[in-house]
Amino acid sequence: MTHTTPPVKMTLTRLRAIPPAYFILLGIFCAAWLVVELFGTGSFMNPDTLTNILVRSVALGIVAVGQSYAILSGSLDLSVAYLISVTAVMSSFIMQGDPQRVPLALAVVLAIGVFVGLINGLIITRLKIHPFIATLSTSLMMKGLLDTGFQNFAGSVPKSFQALAYDGWGPIPYSVLLFLVVAVVGEFILRRTRFGSHVYAVGGNREVARLSGIRTARVLMGVHVLVSLTAVLSGIFIVSRLGSGAPWVGPDGAYDLESIAAVVVGGTALSGGRGSVAGTVAGVLIFGVLDTMFNLLGVGAFLKLVLRGVIIIAAVASYAIRSKHEVA
Amino acid sequence: MNASANVNGEKKPIVRMTGITKRFPGVVALNQVSLEIYPGEIHGLVGENGAGKSTLMKILVGAYQPDEGEIYLGDERVTFSHPQEAQRKGLSIIYQEFNLLPDRTVAENVFLGREPLRHGLVDYRQMNAQTMALLQQLDVHHMISPEVYVRDLSVAQQQIVEIVRALSLDSRVLVMDEPTSALSETEVEILFNLIRNLTVERNLAVIYISHRLREIFDLTQRITVLKDGNVVKTVQTCDVTPNDVVRMMVGRELNEYYPPKASSSDVREVALRVVNGSNARLKGINLELRRGEVVGVAGLQGSGRTELAKALFGVEPFTSGSVEVNGRAVRLDSPMDAIRCGIGFLTEDRKREGILPSQSIRDNVLLAFRALRGVFSINYRDGVRGTPSVAELGKRVDLRAPSYETQIRYLSGGNQQKAILARWLASGANILIFDEPTRGIDVSAKAGIHNLLRDLAKNGAAILMISSELPEIIGMSDRVLVMHEGRLVAELPAGVSETDIMLAATGGRETHSEETTI
Repeated sequence: MTHTTPPVKMTLTRLRAIPPAYFILLGIFCAAWLVVELFGTGSFMNPDTLTNILVRSVALGIVAVGQSYAILSGSLDLSVAYLISVTAVMSSFIMQGDPQRVPLALAVVLAIGVFVGLINGLIITRLKIHPFIATLSTSLMMKGLLDTGFQNFAGSVPKSFQALAYDGWGPIPYSVLLFLVVAVVGEFILRRTRFGSHVYAVGGNREVARLSGIRTARVLMGVHVLVSLTAVLSGIFIVSRLGSGAPWVGPDGAYDLESIAAVVVGGTALSGGRGSVAGTVAGVLIFGVLDTMFNLLGVGAFLKLVLRGVIIIAAVASYAIRSKHEVA
Repeated sequence: MNASANVNGEKKPIVRMTGITKRFPGVVALNQVSLEIYPGEIHGLVGENGAGKSTLMKILVGAYQPDEGEIYLGDERVTFSHPQEAQRKGLSIIYQEFNLLPDRTVAENVFLGREPLRHGLVDYRQMNAQTMALLQQLDVHHMISPEVYVRDLSVAQQQIVEIVRALSLDSRVLVMDEPTSALSETEVEILFNLIRNLTVERNLAVIYISHRLREIFDLTQRITVLKDGNVVKTVQTCDVTPNDVVRMMVGRELNEYYPPKASSSDVREVALRVVNGSNARLKGINLELRRGEVVGVAGLQGSGRTELAKALFGVEPFTSGSVEVNGRAVRLDSPMDAIRCGIGFLTEDRKREGILPSQSIRDNVLLAFRALRGVFSINYRDGVRGTPSVAELGKRVDLRAPSYETQIRYLSGGNQQKAILARWLASGANILIFDEPTRGIDVSAKAGIHNLLRDLAKNGAAILMISSELPEIIGMSDRVLVMHEGRLVAELPAGVSETDIMLAATGGRETHSEETTI
């Protein structure tokens, strides 16, 4: 009697550990370099440009790490954009330029983040409302509350607080370090903790997870608290960069949909259960490289959006084709 | 039952269920059911769909709670409110549909929810080592590695991973609900050897649910037959024949199911002719299908059976060759082309390709008819302005449903199949392709479907029936076509033997009967 399928080689597993988004990132990076050197006004391969790519990826990058958790667990979070606004406005409003009030402001916005995450999680797990609707609704509520209290920039952050956005450790900006830490911690939790395992399980098949004794509701609650906390961190970075928070900073950056796009371009399945934070980082950097390239080439704002859309489709289509080959 | 007392006399049952009653709204699913399972025993549980097998097992493993009755594990009375509690007591179940995460590794699946920790972090080294040890105990470590993704395993290997998971829980009783429905004959053999070894070496008790009586007779020592929520009888497997068991299940003989074949006067003009049809999966198909006959298509899995059906229905069309319907040359490049030519296709995978589960029976039946009318036509009530009457069609196919407004997912498999058949009759189809017409349908409903097929043929339909169940092919077909590697390799007359079919299906080299079922 012979076995119908030969044992699967382990090397295959190892190769698959590198998210394919990094190959796309590498390709786009090289293409950008070439195109900018040939046709652009500035130079691409210099420290300023490269740092700029990283810095402009920070705000989206941090919240996209959280969004990866949401999507991996089979959920998603549309409320991050307004939570970023709430964070920016509340922290500059509380700080009022006074360095001594910084800890209070941070404590308040982090608490708001936990609260919003819990509310989202409760609506999704207890009321069994689809995450799309649940987080869209909390997003509207935050917008309403914010707009009644604030019409414009409110308060300001102290000069010392802006160091987060403008200073650095040697040549590396603090903001980039913050992004790096969030990403590494995010990936570590996914890979090495039970919670991380359970995020994959809940997203892969909720019933299987439940029958294996995983408390799926708790996992989803935890995931939504994490997403909200990353949104708060993004908001803190943004307000330190702008010096003051306004209600439109979140929605203007389209952090809700852009973060989902970055996660998906990073190779995470929109249906959950497969992907990684590492992939998301590549997805965010792909957007960063593209933006920088378009700026250096002087591409108009509208064409930029069109090209972005094309790249998203191309990246996700390449994964779809790949997985079809795997099946066949 | 003296025989059972003799064999198991010295042992005490590991599981004793007594007087189990479970009511669902409107039905008594189980009525005073008692069951005893002994350590080291493989116990078959058989009965038609709806007889209560799955409900009984779900009660045993804590997924449902009984309304009356008691469960004893050894001498201890137990009540479970969640499957986890039953798992801790050593009761595991492997459900019919897979309960694995394809994008996680074997080890991650085996220890899902119970990942070993070290310093608060998941200890992958220990997890992989423990999984490896379990795989070695089963002597399957040469074909499954702990770090491989479940997605990359064959269906049989995945089944084995499920067993490994059950063993990692230190199960004393393992319930297997139709574990072989997706396995080939070779894979089934591997699985059976594993089960036998486990019962001998570890004194594991296995409760084995299957529709395939051959497997039940191969594997089990005792059989409990359920019918309509009652235990008909528990018997020693060696004391009975498959016919006895079927009689207990339905009160009818096994060989009674098949209606008489077509007489020569029944077979009429050619309805469908394919000359030299080929595509990526099919080569040089020549085929004639006449009104009044049922033509069976046999072949191993992957021989191109389903591809043939898909080509004829325009899903994966022929890329060369010609097709005639009723003597007229046609192109079948899309399902719509095929439907316009009066072809209907009852797919193998009813759930995914056959029904719109949460729509009413009425909407499901009228689906193809409405599609034919076009996007901008009005959906008249059935029976009005040329729209066929669902009630009449339902009667014609003997569709039994509380109301035609019922969502189709609430019907039994047999009745769903009848509703899909009604759909094709509504669209005016008279060339009908059935792919596995009775898969997952219980014994008595099977006979109903078979009679229906024959009646349709008698009334002038041309029927092509694909089946992996050789007795069905032999019992139903007026001619048997055999496929092998994308070709039609043989045409055999009615009454041909299983051996002849297998000889052709395996390319004439050997006759080992793969994936045949009773």
